[in-house]
Amino acid sequence: MSDVYVVGVDMIKFGRFPDKTVPQLGAQAALMALDDAGLQIQDMQALYCGNLGQASGMVGQRVLQEIGQTGMAVVNCANACATGATAFREAWMSIKAGVFDCVLAVGVEQMGKGLLGGAGGATGIPKEGLLGSGTMPAVFAEAGMEHARHHGTTFEQFAKVSVKNHHHSTMNPKAMYQIETPLETVMNAEMISYPNTKLMCSVNVDGSAAAVLVSEKKAKELGMKRAVRVKASVLTSDPYSDRDLVMPDVNSVTRIAAKQAYEMAGIGPSDLNLVELHDCFATAEILHYENLGLCADGEAGRMIDEGETALGGRIPVNVSGGLLSKGHPLGATGIANIYELCTHLRGEAGARQVENARFGLAHVIGLGSACGIHILEKVA
Amino acid sequence: MSDDNQVKGPLPAVPYIKGAGTDDPYLEGMACGGCGAVFLGERTTCSKCGGRDTLAAKRLAHTGKLYSYSIVFRSFPGIEVPYISAIVDLDGGGTVKGNLIGIEPDPANLSFDMPVDVIFDDALGRKDKEGNSYISYFFKPAA
Repeated sequence: MSDVYVVGVDMIKFGRFPDKTVPQLGAQAALMALDDAGLQIQDMQALYCGNLGQASGMVGQRVLQEIGQTGMAVVNCANACATGATAFREAWMSIKAGVFDCVLAVGVEQMGKGLLGGAGGATGIPKEGLLGSGTMPAVFAEAGMEHARHHGTTFEQFAKVSVKNHHHSTMNPKAMYQIETPLETVMNAEMISYPNTKLMCSVNVDGSAAAVLVSEKKAKELGMKRAVRVKASVLTSDPYSDRDLVMPDVNSVTRIAAKQAYEMAGIGPSDLNLVELHDCFATAEILHYENLGLCADGEAGRMIDEGETALGGRIPVNVSGGLLSKGHPLGATGIANIYELCTHLRGEAGARQVENARFGLAHVIGLGSACGIHILEKVA
Repeated sequence: MSDDNQVKGPLPAVPYIKGAGTDDPYLEGMACGGCGAVFLGERTTCSKCGGRDTLAAKRLAHTGKLYSYSIVFRSFPGIEVPYISAIVDLDGGGTVKGNLIGIEPDPANLSFDMPVDVIFDDALGRKDKEGNSYISYFFKPAA
């Protein structure tokens, strides 16, 4: 089976766009990706559209109603925060299966402000704040504290992730925020759920991203100059682990996905030049250094202390600014990661360019749970 | 209690609280006879080993150890903060999430694996649309 290629990819600058509709935002990114590929909507054979907020609202069809009702197949995808990666993967899979040659994947989200999670109380009484907290900051704080219990990771070490990612975003014109945040500022910001302060929580923003995927045959017809090869596409759900149903286990679901992805790509973590991983909260990024095999278990604290994951370090992580600073429009993030990797692999990342980037890994987690991992390779 | 017009005793906040309103409330899990996994809430299939009809009710312990936690400072309107959201491994099996009370919510006061007791009390005054009261469980540092 031959490889699948990304020949067009783009994202809008993340922000707040209350005057736009979800399909309008999705359509914007779709046209940008099509222009990047030098193709038209009529060239697309299918659309995989990821959106969470209106998952039953036919967002894909409404995107096409904005930009081109060709009658193509549309699948609306939802997998919590792994929605965008799922849409991208479904597009990939349709080409791998030989059903299509040229497919569009779009991820889009429009979010309000405020806490995510902690719902439930449909029957009886609400349980939030009664039986612990189900809000996302608390869930990921508990996961971070689990790392602290095993490895002595400190509040300060978690906070350093935000310092790094906010710094990276000052070099990313598409990021929602582009503000330096020194360590003291991060640690003294409003505490949301210890140890996550406000600056250690990803920002709820509106955003969209899109990619055009093609078969190898089609890529060669179009010209390979800016094509990027998809070396691995993996999706996992949460395997059984003892506390998973009470304390969501983002580690196991990532580890099995990472193992499969490295095998599929025929590389190891040390071959990666950059990683865009799921820093929904600063605590989460620390866990994923180990989950993705970027370091041995227990070494993540040292990695952040020694700057190994900063731009210029051994393995730059989230040079886009990550979810913490670029923003996390839930359905778009999985494809925004692909955009970031492609930009570096094409040598077009400007001030934040990772030198000689050849392999990039994109990782997302959707709580409930799903993990999507893609490995992309520069076409020589 | 057999008279339909009598006011209902407090209801369990979640179905795995048994004996609500009696002097012997407890948490109930379901244990798999095939692989030993312990779940909260009723089920007939084990999601660890796939065992069908291998599950039996298991009375969970009133004691456990603090596995992980967070201290919640920002929440929805009406919820008193800060509070400790605790993940507790119960002695003999089962992991449960709940509020750790009776201790100042400060990381300096908490240590991993500190022993806790499970207690039952009114569910913070919360009532449902019909005005029913509820019993919930909480954790408290062991005496």
